[in-house]
Amino acid sequence: MYTAAALAILVTMGLALVRALLGPGVYDRVLAVNMLGTKTTLLLAVVAFLYGWPDFLDLALAYALINFVGVLAVLEFFQNRARADEP
Amino acid sequence: MITVFGIFLLSLLVITALAIVQTRNLFVAVMLAAIFSLLMAANFFILDAADVALTEAAVGAGVTTVILLSALALTAEREKRSGSIRWISVAVVAVTVLILIYATFDKPALGDPDAPVHQHVAPWYLEKTPVFMDIPNVVTAVLASFRGYDTLGEVFVVFVAMVGVLFVLGGDGGRSGPITTPDPGLRHHLIPKVVGRLLLPFIILFGLYVQFHGEYGPGGGFQAGAIIATGLILHALLEGEQAALRSVPAGAMQALVVAGASLYGGVGVACMLLGGSFLDYSVLHPDPVTGRQIGIIAIELGVGMAVCGALLSIFHAFAAREH
Amino acid sequence: MTLILDLASWILLVGGGAFLLIGGLGALRFQTLYARMHAASLTDSIGTLLVLLGILLQAGWTLAGAKIAAILIFMMLTGPTASYALANAAYLSGIRPGTGDEEP
Repeated sequence: MYTAAALAILVTMGLALVRALLGPGVYDRVLAVNMLGTKTTLLLAVVAFLYGWPDFLDLALAYALINFVGVLAVLEFFQNRARADEP
Repeated sequence: MITVFGIFLLSLLVITALAIVQTRNLFVAVMLAAIFSLLMAANFFILDAADVALTEAAVGAGVTTVILLSALALTAEREKRSGSIRWISVAVVAVTVLILIYATFDKPALGDPDAPVHQHVAPWYLEKTPVFMDIPNVVTAVLASFRGYDTLGEVFVVFVAMVGVLFVLGGDGGRSGPITTPDPGLRHHLIPKVVGRLLLPFIILFGLYVQFHGEYGPGGGFQAGAIIATGLILHALLEGEQAALRSVPAGAMQALVVAGASLYGGVGVACMLLGGSFLDYSVLHPDPVTGRQIGIIAIELGVGMAVCGALLSIFHAFAAREH
Repeated sequence: MTLILDLASWILLVGGGAFLLIGGLGALRFQTLYARMHAASLTDSIGTLLVLLGILLQAGWTLAGAKIAAILIFMMLTGPTASYALANAAYLSGIRPGTGDEEP
């Protein structure tokens, strides 16, 4: 059953990557990064159980904690740019 | 199954790499680089390299994107078109690639027990780690003890990288010169502020866990330093540059790097003073096994301090230039 | 008992996988940015929830189970935050929802 879930996650990662490559705008790329980030976390958790490495769940935990920092940085980046554009 | 996962992820990795090279929009390149890091970490994990995967996760999930975006804020968003294609370079690259691909035909298959890499020193490390150090994570034993000199070199590379960035960007941590636009950070955004403040202690706690659990599970100084730095960068994003520099001043970050590198070197010198050779931890305690454990914990701490301080210094050097 | 747990895990994992695929397809096929964001958040919330709950049932009261629970809580917190940050950044740069226009 872990295999089924892992395959679904992998296919979703592929779909997200296609979205990242197609664009069209920059925000679609950010969206794809965010999707791939959560899917990677899930994949690590599922694979840790699939192969019986529960010690390695620390990795998924690390991603769950710090993955959103990148997207927050994107928000800050565009906020700074919006302020710089103002007179 | 592991082969299917590996091949699928590797294909995605190659596609992403080609897309990064092809795109002219640098923001898109930064985002694709984030995807590359995620796929790389998943790949390492599938190959059972948890320590490396955790390093990639700790650095790639937050710090790299943040620093690349800070760098992007200092430059234009679109790459300038270069002139004509340099055919000589293309030819050289093509020939090199062909030679490298040809060279892979001689390589042993994945996981082949007769491969040279599994015949050289690796069996000795695996055999001797329980005897010499009595810790479960062989990676940490190799990194911190058997290959202690290499890691010391890496810490000094981190140190030199920070010094280099500070020289190039004039990193005074934003102390000199009036700051024209006070940076509000994301203080006006309620949801990130609340969630970020809630998660910050957990990120630091997790970083400390990775730091001191490195002997037993995946982790160690490099990963912990990057995770704690990510937490503090999150704080800087939420509260703004100045508030973050008030809580952790630029001098403190640089002192952290120097202290970390000195701690590592100091352990080595202490070993010499106690009659051993440089970084031979067995003399640190009457029982050599305990001595080696003490030495590993001490130098991992030094590594963590150096990495954390260096990443924070680099981030603030970029951010100070932005405003 | 084990049979019931296994069955529940199967249902949760397959259901989660289905939601992941649906969300991924939606993120690929929808016409506007905000609609795509909506589809992608499906994978972040319900897909994640179901998959991790399925694993949690198998892990039980162990350290691994506690870690899965922590991952679940943190992802439930960070996923919507990231979606918020993304939507806000898009809105700041002048993309308005509902028009069906593609941004340049």
